[in-house]
Amino acid sequence: MLDYDFMQRALAAALVTGLVAPAIGTYLVQRRLALLGDGIGHVALTGVALGLLTGVAPLLTAVLVAVAGSLLIEILRTHAKTSGDLALAILFYGGIAGGVLLINLAGEGAQRLNAYLFGSITTVSPMDLAVVAGLGSVALATSLFLSPQLFAVCHDEEHARVSGVPVQLYGILIAVLAAVTITVAMRTVGLLLVSALMIVPVAAAQQLAPSFRSTHLLAMAIGLVAAVGGVVLSYQADTQSGPTIVVVALAVFAAFAVVRGVRAWMQK
Amino acid sequence: MPVIGDYSAEGTPPDDPLRIEGLAVDLGGRAVLRSVGLTVRRGELVAVLGANGSGKSTLVRAAVGLIPFRAGTIDLFGSPVDAFTRRERLGYVPQRTASAAGVPATVREVIRSGLLARHPWHGVPTRAERAGISRAAEAMGLADMLTKQVAELSGGQQQRVLIARAIAGEPDLLVMDEPTAGVDRGHTERLAEFLAEFTERGGAVLMVEHDLGPIRPSVDRVVVLDHGRVAFAGPAEDVPERHGPHHHDTDVPAPPVVPGEGVL
Repeated sequence: MLDYDFMQRALAAALVTGLVAPAIGTYLVQRRLALLGDGIGHVALTGVALGLLTGVAPLLTAVLVAVAGSLLIEILRTHAKTSGDLALAILFYGGIAGGVLLINLAGEGAQRLNAYLFGSITTVSPMDLAVVAGLGSVALATSLFLSPQLFAVCHDEEHARVSGVPVQLYGILIAVLAAVTITVAMRTVGLLLVSALMIVPVAAAQQLAPSFRSTHLLAMAIGLVAAVGGVVLSYQADTQSGPTIVVVALAVFAAFAVVRGVRAWMQK
Repeated sequence: MPVIGDYSAEGTPPDDPLRIEGLAVDLGGRAVLRSVGLTVRRGELVAVLGANGSGKSTLVRAAVGLIPFRAGTIDLFGSPVDAFTRRERLGYVPQRTASAAGVPATVREVIRSGLLARHPWHGVPTRAERAGISRAAEAMGLADMLTKQVAELSGGQQQRVLIARAIAGEPDLLVMDEPTAGVDRGHTERLAEFLAEFTERGGAVLMVEHDLGPIRPSVDRVVVLDHGRVAFAGPAEDVPERHGPHHHDTDVPAPPVVPGEGVL
């Protein structure tokens, strides 16, 4: 399996994706914006379509459009009289409709669209891997380096503001990091399921981890196992990588939930 | 016991920790505060009383810069609240709200976030600063709960966590919105002792309460708000009965606004 160049790239991309997605997802869950990743993922599809239509690398256009979408969501959420879920819904439908429409106009078929929506391990090019590794490293380092500040913003926004933490700036940063993560994960897990890799490992870690920090770190470990394990399984079972990765993550969640249940039962 | 910080230039009197003059706040097009003034000096505990809807919480939220105001001035240690940068000098206890937990956080993690005013942009608290976590937890009777998840605590315990977060950074001014809500009498008395010791060392406190209870002996002055205006200001023992803790007169028509009135 490792003799194939495409598998080496796919596994490397999965490694980065598996670490970064839950690292950022933890802050989204803490901020009660678990579905933000879904909304940005839909918007990123429009970015992919723009790339296909114009001949520019779809990963780059997806990054730009996803970042713009994440900023728009954050502005709508904080400034407009639009509730967070309504802002997400508008972006959801606009993104997916615009993306599919532009891909149709670009003359691309359903198979190409499918690869972006659900991931495809054979499509990770050397340039894709370079972009994924670069952006992923920056997102991961930022999420760890600013952990105390981002925790404060997500846990109690008002208290963070009184403490002088630049709440608005860090709110935007979290949204931008989510956008970057989604495009980083696009090749392996796909735009429709990327949010699952941001959220399910966090939900699994919460079953057993006693604190925010341990949840953050355990979620990253679970994401790593799910992403790399999912890519290996998808190669062996000849399935699409996105659904396979998410099923592995869900299996970990189910196992952790059982362990928690047993532990609670034994403590009675 | 260390004396709480005096940052004034040599030979000049220190700025008052909190000075509010002619404050007017509108929320949703409705006047919530009208020409309110009060000063909290070093070593002083000022309690704000009033019926529900009298503007108490609006006053403290404006005082720490959380909501904009239409008229008046709010100065923290001599700086306008909008330009106040020495946020480590300010400790804030918000009203506790019940909300579903996102990712569970421990008591230690929440108290630790109270140290961030010294590192608002980046960085982590130093070892010396982290010692404040243990001191704050000890002061609020939480020393044996540091590894517990906040969401699993009772309402009163969660309230004590918020107080511990506010005092962990060892501020010079505490602004507290109903800090004893849901807290049992024993721990309220413990808070009263802490506040008495805090003000003895030069700290200043602005506190909103429904009922002073065990805090009463530590209170230097009481300000009663009624329909967004100062209706009384003076010693706790002189608070008129009609402005007592269980008085709710929100159905009484608001008195006419007199410009400049209500400044203490």
